[in-house]
Amino acid sequence: MSRLLPLLAFLLLASLFGFGIWWNTQHDQHEIVSPLINQPAPDFQLPVLGDDARKVGKASLLGKPYLLNIFGSWCIECVHEHPMLMTDAKTLGIALVGYNYKDEPDAANAWIAEHGNPFDVIVADRDGRQALDFGVYGAPETFLIDAKGFIRYKHVGPLTPDVMTTELKPAVEALAKESP
Amino acid sequence: MRRLLALLVFALAIGACFAQAIQPLPFRDRAEEVRFQKLSAELRCPMCQNETLADSNAPIAHDLRRQIFDLMQAGKSDEEIKSYLVQRYSDFVLYQPPVKPGTWLLWFGPGVVLLAGAVVVALQVRRRSRNATNNNVATTADNEDDW
Repeated sequence: MSRLLPLLAFLLLASLFGFGIWWNTQHDQHEIVSPLINQPAPDFQLPVLGDDARKVGKASLLGKPYLLNIFGSWCIECVHEHPMLMTDAKTLGIALVGYNYKDEPDAANAWIAEHGNPFDVIVADRDGRQALDFGVYGAPETFLIDAKGFIRYKHVGPLTPDVMTTELKPAVEALAKESP
Repeated sequence: MRRLLALLVFALAIGACFAQAIQPLPFRDRAEEVRFQKLSAELRCPMCQNETLADSNAPIAHDLRRQIFDLMQAGKSDEEIKSYLVQRYSDFVLYQPPVKPGTWLLWFGPGVVLLAGAVVVALQVRRRSRNATNNNVATTADNEDDW
């Protein structure tokens, strides 16, 4: 028995190592689970992109669920994500709100003109200060906010077809069941 | 070798330039700057994940440093600033995670493992010393071969 002990200890360590590798393949190391899930969204009010006089915020968006997509013309992953917003996200049946993050309005407008505009409205947070209240730390990020203004779901990184079908769609359907 | 050394010096010089240009903040005095440096060194950048907010050059680290500075100017304590960040970015931003049921394994796990090791060693030592006194000299050699 005592001769087997070193082997057993080795196998224990090896399986721990294997578990660590498996865990890392299952989890995105860059994703911080937001403490704001199921919390009221921060009270924000931002100018509409290209029209500083018009403001859109939490108060004016209350009443219907919407998807808040953080993007920027400087953001490389956003280009990869954009086709998803142009097609699948539009079939979700909820409003799409663009959140232009730390961007120049001209660059943002040019980017939208080039890649298409899936959004019902785009708000601009030029210095990124408001985004801190959302716990944003990069782009793209996507929030699902319900009719009462609560954050129900957050995705860090580009929306992929997989994320769409396994996470976002079920979350939107769950919202629809709550308030028919 | 000399070229390598020159390259190293050059790289360090570039690094030093960046370090100074990273973000000049208008501190009121030296004490405030020290407090800011200490606080931002205890916080983790959410983007780059293994750098402190003090060290990171990521845009979000830049924004958070500015926010910490503004909160300091508004008279917030270190604890208030930390809880401001935890509310938005979770415990992840703290390099020293708080002691709570979810982190007990993290905090006390190593102690438990050490204790378990100590128990095993103590049992072994007791068993051996008992064997040694019972069987005297003849069998001790066999015992040593065991390991």
